Parts: sequence; C-alpha cells; structure tokens
Amino acid sequence: MRAFVPILVVVAGLIGLWYFAMLPMNAHQAVLDAERAGAVVSPETAAERRDMSGWSLVTRNFGVVSQGVWAQDRPRLPAPHQVAIELWETTVEKKITSKRSLVFHGWITLSATLVGFAIGTVMGVLLAVGIVYNRAMDLSVMPWAIASQTIPILAIAPMIIVVLNSVGLQGLIPKAIISAYLSFFPVVVGMVKGLRSPDPMQLDLLRTYAASGSQGFWKLRLPASMPYLFASLKIGIAASLVGAIVGELPTGAVRGLGARMLAGSYYGQTVQIWSALFAAAICAAVLVGIVGLIQRVTLKRMGLT
Amino acid sequence: MALVLLALLIWAGAWALNVWLARQGFRAVKWLVPTIFGLTILLMWELIVRGLDVPLVILPAPSVIAVTFASETDILWADFRQTILKGALGGFIIGCVAAFSVAIVADRSDFLRRGLLPVGNFLAALPIIGTAPILVMWFGFDWQSKAAVVVVMIFFPLLVNTVAGLREATAMQRDLMATYAAGYWQTLWKLRLPAAMPFIFNGLKVATTLALIGAIVAEFFGSPTVGMGFRISTSVGQLALDMVWAEIVVAALAGSAFYGFVAGIERVVTFWHPAQRR
Repeated sequence: MRAFVPILVVVAGLIGLWYFAMLPMNAHQAVLDAERAGAVVSPETAAERRDMSGWSLVTRNFGVVSQGVWAQDRPRLPAPHQVAIELWETTVEKKITSKRSLVFHGWITLSATLVGFAIGTVMGVLLAVGIVYNRAMDLSVMPWAIASQTIPILAIAPMIIVVLNSVGLQGLIPKAIISAYLSFFPVVVGMVKGLRSPDPMQLDLLRTYAASGSQGFWKLRLPASMPYLFASLKIGIAASLVGAIVGELPTGAVRGLGARMLAGSYYGQTVQIWSALFAAAICAAVLVGIVGLIQRVTLKRMGLT
Repeated sequence: MALVLLALLIWAGAWALNVWLARQGFRAVKWLVPTIFGLTILLMWELIVRGLDVPLVILPAPSVIAVTFASETDILWADFRQTILKGALGGFIIGCVAAFSVAIVADRSDFLRRGLLPVGNFLAALPIIGTAPILVMWFGFDWQSKAAVVVVMIFFPLLVNTVAGLREATAMQRDLMATYAAGYWQTLWKLRLPAAMPFIFNGLKVATTLALIGAIVAEFFGSPTVGMGFRISTSVGQLALDMVWAEIVVAALAGSAFYGFVAGIERVVTFWHPAQRR
C-alpha cells in the first residue's frame, strides 16, 4: 500500500505527458482538418506550415489545435483512450476467430512463444546439468554461452524464418525456434549458477550421509537452483515473446502481433500499431506475472521465502 | 559421405583431447579448451556442408562466408557505420545521458523513486522493440529513428540500475560525509556515484546488447538503402545467405567489442569492487 500512491502518481504523470505530447505531434493534421472545414488558420497555406515545428503551430492556432488533436483517424500520436477503445473493440467485441481480433493474433504469437520457451528451458536446463557435471563441457561451452549473450542474436531471426521456409517449415515452428534460442542462454547461465550455489559445507554434509551422485543432485543441487532458475525464466519468457514478435516481421506474415504492427506501419494505421504494442505488453506482463506466481508458490512450499 | 565421417572423427578426437586437457592443471587450459571447441564446430560445419552438398540458400560453409566477408568489406563497412556508429552508438549516448539525468532527479525525491522504480522495472520487461514502427514513422527512415528506438530500449534498464545504485552507499558512509560537512553535490560526486558504479555498469552492459538489437531490428521497419538490418532483410530476400552471415559476423564482432569496451572501463572505474579482484 505504501508503494501504491507513488506508482499511481507516476503512471498518471506519464499518461498526462502523453496527452500533452499529442498537441505538437498532431498539430499539423489538426490545422489541416480545420482549414478544410473552413476555419481561419495561420499560416494559411500548407506549404508554409510544412517546415514549422509542432509547438509554433500550437501557439499560433491554439483554439483549433486543442480541439482537433484528440480524435483523428490516423494521428501521429493516438490518444490513450483511442488505443484503449481500439483494444476493447478488437478483443472483446470481435469474435476471436475474426482476422481483426487481437485475441486471434495474440494467440498466434503466444503459442509460438510458449512452445519456444518450453523447448528453450528444457534444453537450457539439460545443458546446464551437463556443464555442472562435466568439466570438459564446462570449459568448452560456458565461455561461448556467455559470449553469445553480447551478440545481437535477434538479427538472425529473418534468416531462420526464410531458411526453414525453404525446407518446408512454416507457421509456428520457425518462430518457436527463435523464441527457444532467445530463452535458451539466460536459462543455461542462471541454471549453472544455481546448480553451483550449494556451498562446500552442504556438499560435505551429503558426503557424510554417503549420498550418491543422483541423490546429491535431486536433494541438494536442484532445490538450491530454484531461485536462480526462476530469475532466468522471467528473463527468458520476456525474450521469447520478443523473439516470436520479431520472427513475424521479415516474411510479411499476416497473422500475429508482429504482423499487426508491420501492417499498421505499412498503411499508417497508428492506432492499430499502438493497440498491438499494448497487447504485446499485456501478454509480456501476464507471462512474467505467471512465472512470478509459480516462483512464489514453489519457493514458499520449499520454505525458501 | 567421407567428409561427414571425417567431421565425426574430428569431433570425437577433439572432444577426447578436450576431456584430457580439462583434467590437466595448467593455466592455458582455460582458453585452450574453448578455442579447440570453437574451431571444431567451424571445421565440422565446413565438412558437413561440403559433404552433404547443402545448398547455399540453406547454409553456406564458413569458407564461403569468409570469402564474402573479405570481398564485400566496402558494403559491410558502410552498413557498420550507418547502423552501429550512427544508430546504436548515437542512441546509446543519448539514452545514457537521459537515464542518468532522470535518475539523479528521481533520486532527490523519495516519493518519486518509490513510484518510478516499480514502473521502470515493469516497463523494462516489456517488448519495447515494438515501438520501432512508431518511431520510424516519427523520425523518418534514417539513423535518427534507429537512435530513438535505442534510447527507448535502454532507458528503463539504465534508469532502474542507476536509481538502485544511488541507494547503495550505507547510512554510516553518508554520516561520515555529513561529519565532513559535505554538501549534496560533494556527497553525490565523491561517495554515492562511485558506490553506484557497479550497478550502473551492469545496466550499461545490458544496454550495449540492447542497443545493437534495437538498431538492427528497427531497420526491418524501414531504412535508407544502407545498414545492417536493411542488408540482412534484403539479402535474405535474394537468398544471398553468405552476405547475411557476413553481416552476422560483423554484428557479433561489434557486439563483443562494444561489450568488452564497456567491461574494460568498468574494470578501471570499479577497481575497488570485490568482483574485480583477481
């Protein structure tokens, strides 16, 4: 509760800033609309206005601009309420099988994200176990796994899509592979850290119990790695979603949140871009939230919190 | 088929060598083993692609990529300048200045900090790359829009890390500064900023990768006829995968160099931190 008021104030401030920024951003279109409707504007011709900044138009035509910026069809910056209405109309009021429903597009992206995330996590955990138990593997793979995080992996997304397309794979699988690839490395690095987190004292204790290697794994290393694993999973699932969205860009896919953004940017449908962006943000928040919830329940049952 | 068998043999041999090396105690093992591993992968890639006659449009061999890289240096350099030097680096500098300024202002007010930290953390986890089409629409096709995407992408991770870092100095240390009659700016400059540096550099290191990703992906939404993202998407369309791989090599080199550069500065600035001890 103590954090609630400041958060609310900051969010309200951001939304206020957004509305405020609409004045200069949409001023040119607003003045043009008013001129077409017969109002007197200064300067009078569009040619003179073209090179003027948004702010000087606002100050010279404040009455016209302050009325005309809020509800344009294709604003440079749509209002928060326009985006909210578009979101409502394309999620709740459209049938989810409709091509214009964001639920439909969101599910396309989300399914690729989840499949990819599952693959990436399983592979990442397996590799981490191998790294922890095999010194040769640790020395060979770990430096590359760390170095690969400094590389903009996302850049190869278009190639993966097109190459898999040429061998006949389409739709969900290529995107899932990009998602898996992006969530793989955070999981490996975090899981290796986690599996190594038991201190020598604890490992010695298990040795005094004459515990076998597999008992040491299941009863000490794996439970001890859980906090690290969940921290990586949160990063991994957010990365997976980004991967799935970017994976939709290069082939001119027609379905999915990334495709909605691309189509919106081709046809200047700004409200559509913003609503797809917010849908993606909501998906990310929900996914990270679910992982966080599982984390809390798991760690609580393990007595770690 | 013989080449594929050879590849498998080399793999087995190199792996056995690595297993043997890993048991040895001397120091060079630390870089020898990963180097052998990397070279083995490259060699296997080459042999398998040649052995199975994998077409160029699916996977070019490393030697083909190397030849393209060497012969197309003009194009690669122009793309590098457009995307990395102008887009990514420009945005990186602007984003750093913006995030630091906001962090220092936010740090003065406890109320603002309590509001900004959770919101910033939340925004940092969102797919901000999605703002690319909007920013390309606002700032045009040239590097300015790419720099804007980079600014938006790195702003929140940097902000959150800086604000958290500025709280790092302990009450005891602050009291000491107070007994010296140090003012706000003196305390900030001599105690709190140095204490915040490990956090700030964590943010900066994350931001280096994000900056490259932002600058490249933003070009998928529109760019002049130069740039790494542009080249990747058009070369993919022409099925010139050797060119795509050459660009990826450039991106990998640039990413590692950028990260290494920031990590090197970190080493100098935070020499006192336990993580830097050898």
